[in-house]
Order: sequence, then C-alpha cells, then structure tokens
Amino acid sequence: MEIVVCIKQVPDTTEIKINPVTGTLIRDGVPSIMNPDDKGGLEMALRMKDEYGAHVTVITMGPPQADLVLREALAMGADDAILLTDRKFAGADTLATSNALAGALRTLKWDLIITGRQAIDGDTAQVGPQIAEHLGIPQISYVANLARKSENEFLVKKETEEGYQMLEVSAPCLLTVLASANKARYMSVPGIVDAYNKEVQLWSAAMIDVDETKLGLKGSPTKVLKAFAKGMKQAGQVYEVEPEEAVGLIISKLQEKFII
Amino acid sequence: MNFNLTKTQELFRQMIREFADKEVKPLAAEVDEQERFPQETVEKMAKLGLFGIPLEKEYGGAGGDNLMYTIAVEELSRACATTGVILSAHTSLCLSPIAQFGTEEQKRKYLPKLASGEWLGAFGLTEPNAGTDASAQQTTAVLEDEEWVLNGSKIFITNGGKAHVYVIIAMTDKSLGNKGISAFIVEAGTPGFEIGKKELKMGIRGSATTELIFTNCRIPKGNLLGKVGNGFAIAMKTLDGGRIGIAAQALGIAQGAMDETVKYTKERKQFGKAIGKFQNTQFQMADLQTKVQAARLLVRSAAFKKDQGVPYSADAAMAKLFAAETAMEVTTKAVQFHGGYGYTREYPVERMMRDAKITEIYEGTSEVQRMVIAANLYK
Amino acid sequence: MNKTDFKNVYVFAEQREGVIQPVALELIGKANDLAKELGEKVVAVLAGYKMDALAQTLIEYGADEVIKIDHPNLEHYLTEQYAQAIDQVIKHFRPSIVLFGATTIGRDLAPRLSARMSTGLTADCTKLEISENKELMMTRPAFGGNLMATIMCTEHRPQMSTVRPGVMQKLTPDSSRKGVITPFEVQFDESKFKVKLVEIVKEDKGKIDISEAKILVSGGRGVGCKENFENLRQLAAQLGAEVSASRAVVDSGIMPHDRQVGQTGKTVRPNLYLALGISGAIQHLAGMEESDFIVAINKDKFAPIFQVADVGIVGDVNKIVPLLTQRLEGMMKK
Repeated sequence: MEIVVCIKQVPDTTEIKINPVTGTLIRDGVPSIMNPDDKGGLEMALRMKDEYGAHVTVITMGPPQADLVLREALAMGADDAILLTDRKFAGADTLATSNALAGALRTLKWDLIITGRQAIDGDTAQVGPQIAEHLGIPQISYVANLARKSENEFLVKKETEEGYQMLEVSAPCLLTVLASANKARYMSVPGIVDAYNKEVQLWSAAMIDVDETKLGLKGSPTKVLKAFAKGMKQAGQVYEVEPEEAVGLIISKLQEKFII
Repeated sequence: MNFNLTKTQELFRQMIREFADKEVKPLAAEVDEQERFPQETVEKMAKLGLFGIPLEKEYGGAGGDNLMYTIAVEELSRACATTGVILSAHTSLCLSPIAQFGTEEQKRKYLPKLASGEWLGAFGLTEPNAGTDASAQQTTAVLEDEEWVLNGSKIFITNGGKAHVYVIIAMTDKSLGNKGISAFIVEAGTPGFEIGKKELKMGIRGSATTELIFTNCRIPKGNLLGKVGNGFAIAMKTLDGGRIGIAAQALGIAQGAMDETVKYTKERKQFGKAIGKFQNTQFQMADLQTKVQAARLLVRSAAFKKDQGVPYSADAAMAKLFAAETAMEVTTKAVQFHGGYGYTREYPVERMMRDAKITEIYEGTSEVQRMVIAANLYK
Repeated sequence: MNKTDFKNVYVFAEQREGVIQPVALELIGKANDLAKELGEKVVAVLAGYKMDALAQTLIEYGADEVIKIDHPNLEHYLTEQYAQAIDQVIKHFRPSIVLFGATTIGRDLAPRLSARMSTGLTADCTKLEISENKELMMTRPAFGGNLMATIMCTEHRPQMSTVRPGVMQKLTPDSSRKGVITPFEVQFDESKFKVKLVEIVKEDKGKIDISEAKILVSGGRGVGCKENFENLRQLAAQLGAEVSASRAVVDSGIMPHDRQVGQTGKTVRPNLYLALGISGAIQHLAGMEESDFIVAINKDKFAPIFQVADVGIVGDVNKIVPLLTQRLEGMMKK
C-alpha cells in the first residue's frame, strides 16, 4: 500500500502574542511546528505501515525551511520526503495550493492520500477536498479512524456535529484527518539520527504535472484585501449594579461579541 | 569552533523537550509526593530508544552521541529530576562501562536489551564504609569452581530493584589495594543477590535508591568486566562519564527553576506591578541565567570531548561541580522569588530545591570534584 | 467570464434528516442584506429527499426563491452526490454569491465545489459586506483568532464562502412572505459515487475536555455548596458550555480534578470564560487569562479577577446566575 501524507509547517499559533502598543502580531520567536491535524494524519499512515507494511511518503509545499517538518516526519517513520519549493508557488490561496499539491501527486503512486483536516494558521479545511477534486478521487473529511477491510477497502469513521458516521470507501481516496484521531508518536532516537542521512527531494514547479497559470498568486482566485489584528483587549469595566441590571448587561455584552 | 548544536542534535532537543513537557512534567509532582518510580515513563522512554542514545547501532543503540544524551538528561530533569537520574544511571553507569570494557560476548548479551530498555541498568560502588574513599571496598569476590562468589553490600544504588543488570565493584585481592579491585556484571534474580532497604530521601524521591546485598552470590566466571584488578580504574572512568550525566541533571533542574520563576515573576503582582519588573528581580535573574548558561557550556564541552575521544575527566568534574552548585543556588533563589507559595507544593520550585541538593553529593561530592580538578592542575 | 452574467445571492440550505440547520436560516438573513445592496434576489438551494414543508420555511425566513432538488441520492449527505447536485444548480443558474454554513457538511462540500468550478472560497467568515464595486468582502479570523483578514474574489464567479454558525442573524419568520419554489432535476453520474454510508451514529458527546471548550462556566469558593453548583450547570446547559472550577472548589471535593483551571489544573482559553465567585488567585489567573472574553461576578470589588475581566459585576453569583439562566431560556424560546 502506498500512502502519501500532505503536511504543512505552521507557526504555533498558541504562542503568537499581540504587541500591546501597536496591536500587531508578534511572530518573532514563535516556533514552527508540524500542523497538528497533519501530524494526526501522518500517525494514521504510520499505523498502516506498522500493521500492513505501507510505504509512506510525506510531501509539503513551502519555503526551504519547511525541510524541518519533513525531517521530523522521517524521524517519526516516514520513508520518503518531498519538498515543493519554488517562487512560483508563493502567494497561493487554497485553490492554488491544492493545484500545486495535486500536480505533484499526479507524478506519484498512491492508494491513499492523507491530509490534516485543517491548518492552525489558516483554519480553512479546504486544501484536502480541493486536491481530491483535482485528482478525481473521493474524499472523506473529519476522519477520526481508519480501518482496513481488505487490500484496498477501508472503513472510515467520520466525526460530525451529532456523533459520527461509518463510511466505506475503496482506494484510491483522500482522507482529511483530525489531530484527535490518535496520539501521534514522538520521533524515535534512531529515527532522528537517520533523518538527516536521508534525502529530501526538492521539487520545483517545472517538475510537477500542472498548468503553471494555476499556481501561486496568479492562480489564486481569492486575494487578501487587508489583514488586521483583532481588537485589542481593553481594561475591563467593573459595574456595581442590581442583579436584574447585571443580567441585562451580561447578555448585551455577549450578544455584542456574538457569543449568544 | 562551533557552539551550535548539529541539525540532528537540534531535532533531538525538540523531541525530548516535547516528550518531557507532555509526558514527564505532568507526573513530576505525583512521583515526588508518592515516592513512586515512574515505570510508565520508563516504558515510553524505552519505546523511543532513549535507553541507548550514545550506543552504536551494531549493538542495538540509536547511534547518537554523548551530547544528545546530555540534552536528554537536561530536558528530562528540567521537568522531573527523578526521571533524569533514571536515564543517567542506566546510560552512564551501566550501558557505557559494558560498551567500553565488555568482551564481545558480554556486549552482545547485554547491550541490545539495555539499549531497548527491556533491561534497566544500575551500578554498585558505594558501601557503608566506602563513600568518597571508594578504595575501601569491603564487598569481596572470590573465584571458586569457575564462578565468582560475591559477598557484601552496596548502598544508595540508583535504579536498585528496578534494574536487571548491575555493574558491581568488589575486592578480589585486598593486599593489592586499588589494584585488587575488579568489576562484575550481576543480573537481578541471581541466587544470593537481594535488594535491601529502600532509602527515604529528601529529593529525587521517585527514583529507586536501595541497598544491594550479596550473600554467597555466585555468578559465571565470564561476568568479570574488564580484567582482574582493573575494577577501580573502570569505576573511576565510569564515574567520569556519570558526572557529565549528573551535571546535565543539575543543569536541567536549574533551567526548570529559572523557567518557573520567570513565569511566576511575570504573573505575580505586588505594589501594583509584576515582581519581574523590579530591578532587584531582574538583576538577580540575569546573574542566575548567566550561571545556568555557563553550566550548559561546561556540560556540553565535556560531552563533546568525550565524543571526540579526548581526555575529559577534569572537564566532567568542572561541569558537575559548577552545574550542581548552580542548581542549588538557582532553586534556593527560585523558592525565595516565589515567597510563601514557593515553600508550598503548589509550585514545583519547592521540589526542585530538594532535588537539586543530591547533585552536589552523588557520583562524587563537590569536594571530590574539586579534588579531581586540583589533581589535574597539580599533576 | 462576464461578471454581469452572474446574479443573485445563493444560500445552501443545509438540512439534516429533514431539519433545516440554524446556520442556513442565519445565512438567509445575511443574504437579504447583501442582496439588497446588490439589488438582487436571495435564493435558497434545498437538497434532500422528501422534505415536504422545508421550502416554505426558507421563504418565511427570507428566501425569495427556493431551488428544490428532491432525490433519493440526497437522502443523507454524501460529498459526491451533493457536489453534483449543487454544481449543476450553480452552472445552470449562475449565482454571483454562494454561501454555505461552516459545518462538517458545508466545509466538506464547498471546497469540493470550488475546485470543480475553479473559483475562490473563503472559509469560516464572520463578516460579509458588499464593496463600492459591488464585490463581496469576506472577513475571517486567522492565526488562531489572533488576526482578521478581509478577502475578495473579484475575477471569478461565483464568490463563495462558508460562514461560522451563530454569527449572522436570522430574520424573524413571517408566514406572509411570498416566494417561488423551483424544482430542479439533477443528472447524476452514479459511477462517481465511491463512498458508501454504512451507519450514522448519534452520541451524546458528553463532557468536553475543559481545555477544548468554547465556553466555560467556572465556579469558585463564592458559589458555596454543591447544590449551588447546580445553578452553574443549568447556565452551562443554556450556553452549550462546560463547567469548570477553581482549586478551592476541587480541593473541597465539589468538582473533580479534571475540571480544575489554573496552575495545578488546566490552562484554558475559551471564547468566553465566566468566572463566578472566583477571586482570582494568581495560580487561577495563570490558567485562564488568555481567554478571549472574560466575565467575572464576585462580591468583593477588589478581587483580582476584575483586573483580567472584560466585564466585571460586583454582586452575588447565587442571585445573578439563576436570573441569567432564566433570561437565556426565555431568549432561546423566542
């Protein structure tokens, strides 16, 4: 069984702070990590490898520094790693990103493609389903568990708001996996020692099977008009009022914040 | 000269820090409070290959280096000093001497299982009357019918009762003094080998520290480690390596206390501002972090020399001396910065202060380290 | 592409087992604002099987037209079945805007469609506006909610977005509203149906880990006895929240340890943290001060919790909480 896992290097958004004076994001010193849902997906693939001897390839699109998450994936047990890196990929929205990854996937063999449900920097959950559409294969999103029924048939548990669904699908297909699907393993010490002895393949836009106009900024139908910090936290106000009034006050504040 | 970690070491540091934060730290208070050996953590560490970090792959090790091993002990101890010393005693005091002095047969028999963590290792040198003066060994080993017969007892043995493989130092010919001491490999469960009382300690309370009792304990002749009469040299070389491990443990405790204190002094407000904003706090903290970083450089340079195969005995002693005293100073001040809260078990600095003390004592007291360093100066 | 060929604001009217999802009605409400500015119509696309009166409901909530696709293939949501249906609707009717709820269905279907039509899609919007050039401006949080971004899709049609449930306001239903119901036939390519639904399982998801809860109702010593915590549970039920507690409460055995917020408990950062009768000892603040919005109620007006609260109320939690629960209950009924 051939599995390709798409992973992304993301800033650890829980470590991002807002500059209290300028109201801008402080990105300095924010560690880069493997996106948690992607890690859950990689773990799912590695469990297939442990059980059935699957061959696991990891692929990421990003700047040269994204090499680090691929090394991490190798140290966890992935067999091969590919880094899509080219200025032509820069400025991509989800559609252009999915076109680049689909272009790379067209040149690879796979039975399963696994992505994380969504990345913590963008939270869009779009790239996985878009890749599946480009490749003309079925997708199952919000995957919490994967079981193999036969050589190429799978039973997949998909989380929903009300509970879950059990779905059957045959290879080839794409799954978008939740971080909570499993507890991802740590890199092993021997894996770490070997990680830099393995080759990370560097692929440029010319090496993948996609029309270049679909890549990067020019292949992106959506454009960011502006980005701004969410309103800064103001020193709160303390009210000494009667219970009835207090309740009205709380409700109006919660409505203002769209909490209720 | 390059002070940066290699990419491999950096990747390792990332892993072990995450492991320590997520798996080790949450148990630290409980392990201390209940004086409980963290067996579940040991099993997780085994799965990751942490019990064979610097050992060659040929013998089932991870093929890493001693620098990575010190990073592991530092990061584990930053979260929980008990966990740090379990790894340190195993690696420095059992895995390493067998790898260094063992016969091919001994290495094939013991190293793969030690490296996989299936067997934990320990080391027995200290006796009731042979502490700093290690040459005053009273445990004896006599060759009888192709078997060594051990009699005597060892005390304060880390991983005692939890380990399967013990490197034991014993007197084979008292008339020869230090040259009459030899080293042996003893397996748990050998008739005549019993685990004695478990010590109740001030710190590192989750680590098993016990007495080992040998009563006509017969082990195969082939379990002699190194040559007859080489035991003292093996013990001293083993402790040289061990000191790097304990130095790393002290360093980890110190850094852990720094991290906790920075966090606390940012949050704690008195007289209307965070206490971390007072210059008194800032200056003291700056001095402490400088010492911690100096300790780190000493630890890493000693480990680096060991990896390079050059003499490192004095470097290891300096690293241990400085790191241990830094750990004691940092943790004591950390408690002070925490005020009344620091004296309670609500915050981890209280535990860290108790844990730090042992690093000035075991594997050679600070006084012994000064002796080693001075001996190197005046040789 | 000629933009003028694309008209009207479409809403994917998500239904599950014949129940219109609240987000669909919220989107119709928002679509009314957008359509008014554009001088266009609001069209709801209702896909399913045997949905009887649902189309009428959509009209009462503000849809000018309902495109209804009734087919056994659409009985339960499955990606490809729904993608074919909605794709054919969009290709046939050419809307300028299509809105989906950011649910497990909307977030599965919308990206699949955006790739099929090679158009843009903006996820999880919290704000939708029309620009001077009559383009859709879609605003959404990014970087874990630390940053807001406004996104446009000016060169492709339709403009698509998924919208967070609970953010937009639905209109008050009005049975006198008139609308057109247009049945639509889909040509299914069943050879592409590769995913088979084996089982749907509903479960009471029960208690969520407090560190993952969006809303926490957290009680401290000021709440008092175990019985008073029942008030907190009722409030939590109204808000879809979890109940957490301070150390004092956990130590006294009123709440289990996995519900404790703070230094020795858990660190939480929910969207809303209600600190009830919690004075705000430093070890408690350490565990919750990163919460997006903090409302504190405490008797002591000098309690440190008020230093981190966005809204502070000096008063008795045991009087205010039951009142708050009642009011919320009343609002939900409406």
